[in-house]
Amino acid sequence: MIIDKRTATGWSRIGSRATFGVALLDMAEGRDDLIVLAADTSTSAGLDRFRKTIPEKYLEIGISEQNGLGVAAGLASEGMNVVCTTFAPFQTMRCCEQIKVNLGYMQHKVTFVGLASGVVLGTLGYTHCCIEDLAIMRAIPNITVISPADCGETAKATEAALDHNQSVYIRLTGGSPNPPVYTEDYDFEIGKAVTLRDGNDVTIIATGTMVHASLKAADLLAENVIDAGVINIHTIKPIDRAAIEAACASSKLIVTVEEHNTVGGLGSAVAEVKTELSNAPPQLMLGITDSYAKSGEYKDILEYYGLTPEHIATRIKDRLKSD
Amino acid sequence: MNDQKTEVAHVTQMAKKMRRNILDMALEAGGSSSHFGGALSIVDITATLFGSVMKYDGANPEWDGRDRFILSKGHGCLGYYTALHEVGALSRDELLSFEKTGSPLLGHPIINRPKGIEFSTGSLGMGLALGIGVAVAGQRRRKDYSVYVILGDGELNEGSNWEAIMAAPNMKLGNLVAILDRNRLQQTGSNEEIMSIGDAAAKFKSFGWHTVEIDGHDISEIHRVLTSERQSDQPLAIVANTIKGKGFSFSENDNDWHHKVLSKSQYVSALKELGESLEAAQ
Repeated sequence: MIIDKRTATGWSRIGSRATFGVALLDMAEGRDDLIVLAADTSTSAGLDRFRKTIPEKYLEIGISEQNGLGVAAGLASEGMNVVCTTFAPFQTMRCCEQIKVNLGYMQHKVTFVGLASGVVLGTLGYTHCCIEDLAIMRAIPNITVISPADCGETAKATEAALDHNQSVYIRLTGGSPNPPVYTEDYDFEIGKAVTLRDGNDVTIIATGTMVHASLKAADLLAENVIDAGVINIHTIKPIDRAAIEAACASSKLIVTVEEHNTVGGLGSAVAEVKTELSNAPPQLMLGITDSYAKSGEYKDILEYYGLTPEHIATRIKDRLKSD
Repeated sequence: MNDQKTEVAHVTQMAKKMRRNILDMALEAGGSSSHFGGALSIVDITATLFGSVMKYDGANPEWDGRDRFILSKGHGCLGYYTALHEVGALSRDELLSFEKTGSPLLGHPIINRPKGIEFSTGSLGMGLALGIGVAVAGQRRRKDYSVYVILGDGELNEGSNWEAIMAAPNMKLGNLVAILDRNRLQQTGSNEEIMSIGDAAAKFKSFGWHTVEIDGHDISEIHRVLTSERQSDQPLAIVANTIKGKGFSFSENDNDWHHKVLSKSQYVSALKELGESLEAAQ
């Protein structure tokens, strides 16, 4: 998939879920072994056209995620390149043990995509939000975990996952429109973080929707003469240790920002690397602080948990002042 | 395929040898114990499958044309490993390494395709979904293998089974056969005491399966339904009424034998019970 201004704008408008479905339809040609499973969620995943135009590569499994994950693994065991998808809480937690046994333990290779993760569906309540998936998926051996920063990266991650040699969980966040981080093409490599902005004082390590927010926060910090770098760490597992080590060597403060629980997600993954280093700088962990405290509109939940550019910048300024 | 009478005679002898090897393996397992009862209830079924019905090459367990077998009730693995031994996929030394550190044969199957173990099972309620996936792959790729899945009746307490039981007829999987080991006992009591599944055959039927109910120790009957009841666009469910611990007087229908250490004296008395018929088989 190639990102340019036109695709970036178009994808941004439709959001990450629809981008996933549209991109997958593009990728289907020439992939004879591809099969896509959805749990009565084809329209939610932008797969309606896929389902109608190439039914031979589509399998409806109904609202039964545990069965769906098992069917996916059975198909994979016969050498098929399997993608399955539904909303993130159901794609990860409802069938968590099937993921462990079939994908982690037996290592059947499936790409599974969690739709509308984070808190974008806040108006539907926390049954439909997902602030736990990174933590839970990260704890299962033999699973790669990717959290794309925008729609273009969603397309790139999907393509990379299809060609990857191990199961991949792709966590889709953000609404529509979903502001683009990338408007031109770049090299996406699983496990390799991308430095989007250099900075000498602070390094913000962000994932998913928080990459865009962090870039804006860095602009705000620059107005206050604070030089903040921003790293997009799209792969949460395996984590890019070298990128974290380099950031630690050049920063007074590491900041992690994620639309996920601060327990067990990106912040924890970065801290696990940092704790083995000598003289690593302190870390400010921003995210959803281990609660289901606020339901409602997406922007209001982000505001409540301080996950807006303004709040991120303020929290960083305050932290630097207190040191 | 030979005539049914010859096949049944062959499978009958195979089942006896399997019971003998189960005794040896249970004894070798020593204090680590084994799921004895639930293995003996499926022996006549696995013997019929591997010994006669399935397209299978024990010298090449990864042969692409093979019929696929999934032991969803993975704790019944002694009834699986001993069948794989009879068709040549596992050696006797491997059988006797059962549950020892480094052995390929633990108390639940671990995927090992070169040795004929198709999937890691044992976490109940997952095998039928795998079977559906394998069956769909066969259907879409126009391969003519069949998929056989053995379920336990206690296992049907797990809700994920019912998702799979609902899905298979919807997908018109004529290449899928589910066999229910209906021994009416589960770990800590009878199905009725713990969680009754009621009329299992009626349930499968109401979900859209072509369903038959048989005596799961009558090899002739097992053979007949597996070879004559298959439908082209409908999965087949066989409710096999069985006896947990079948084959030895001390273990039949005694739920202590769900998972228990086999003592040397029990081993000797079991051998005696098998004795004459086994000698006749050799």
